[in-house]
Amino acid sequence: MNSNYIYFSLLVMCLTVYCIRMLPFLVFRKEITNTFVRSFLYYVPYVTLAVMTFPAIVTATDNVWSGLAALVVGLLAAWFKGDLFFVAVSCCATVFLTGLIF
Amino acid sequence: MTQTSKKTQEIDPGTRQLPWFVRGLRDGIPICMGYFAVSFALGITARGIGMNALQAGLMSAGMVASAGEFAAINLIASHAGVFEMITTCIVVNMRYFLMSCSLSQKLSPSLPFYHRFLLPYCITDEIFGLSSAVKGYLEPKYTYGMTIVSVAGWTTGTVLGVLLGNIMPAWAVNALSVSLYGMFLAIIIPPARENRFILGLVVISMTASGLFSVLPVLKEISVGFKVIILTLAIAGAAAVIHPVEERKEA
Repeated sequence: MNSNYIYFSLLVMCLTVYCIRMLPFLVFRKEITNTFVRSFLYYVPYVTLAVMTFPAIVTATDNVWSGLAALVVGLLAAWFKGDLFFVAVSCCATVFLTGLIF
Repeated sequence: MTQTSKKTQEIDPGTRQLPWFVRGLRDGIPICMGYFAVSFALGITARGIGMNALQAGLMSAGMVASAGEFAAINLIASHAGVFEMITTCIVVNMRYFLMSCSLSQKLSPSLPFYHRFLLPYCITDEIFGLSSAVKGYLEPKYTYGMTIVSVAGWTTGTVLGVLLGNIMPAWAVNALSVSLYGMFLAIIIPPARENRFILGLVVISMTASGLFSVLPVLKEISVGFKVIILTLAIAGAAAVIHPVEERKEA
């Protein structure tokens, strides 16, 4: 593998990804007043994160059952406790413990 | 969401005394754990196509994108040209564009301009999620704190993946790999508990996402594209059905 090609490719792709993330910050310098756009952007995080979580969490481990268990424990922990670190660690511990059983 | 009603507020009463930067470092820890597992796998893939630890480390530190980096490795492996690289990067990373649009609305008008060049580097799924979960205006120090800890884990994981290959035990990779999803749940579920509409939105989003992964034709769509399509459709419909009222949110 030609290392000049690799470094050049990395530079091109890193800059591209940076620009994708940076342009909106330059374009939307003022608060948007349009209610539809504001509402849409307000809902974006909930939809995006929900879509990315399910069903990916179920197939993230090498065992569907431990993934499902992590989903259920994560939902309960988030509903009743809500603390970020606690929920994340609960999910990890669930996968570890169910891994001992299955 | 006016200037007066949207001051930066506390999110967690338990951490009220901590400065934003320290809180960012703390909240970066679970992100770092999850990133480590994912980027370790990324490093193994990079090694597989002949990249060395320095190249893989630079890639992770410079791009900070999971699907984006897997795509980048494939592009390099196939000796893609510049045009193909740029177009693929745009498609695979388009969701960050939406996230940046969303987060740009959480910045105080009085925020110094240089933050608009620093914050984009920090936009990942997880850091975006946590930064949007802050009530009111975003204090960038919080985002920077998270970014330092998580990018350290992300880059270290990639480098170690190249150097150490397959020696990390499967149970550890398994356990760490759900950490990120646990965090997502911790971000979206508490507001859903308080707000019926957001609860419905979360249920619909997960159901649609589940259908997209099993139905014929739809399941051929890549994860990056699925996120874009469903976000545009569902958040768009939600904005029509239930517009966010002015001045109510903060």
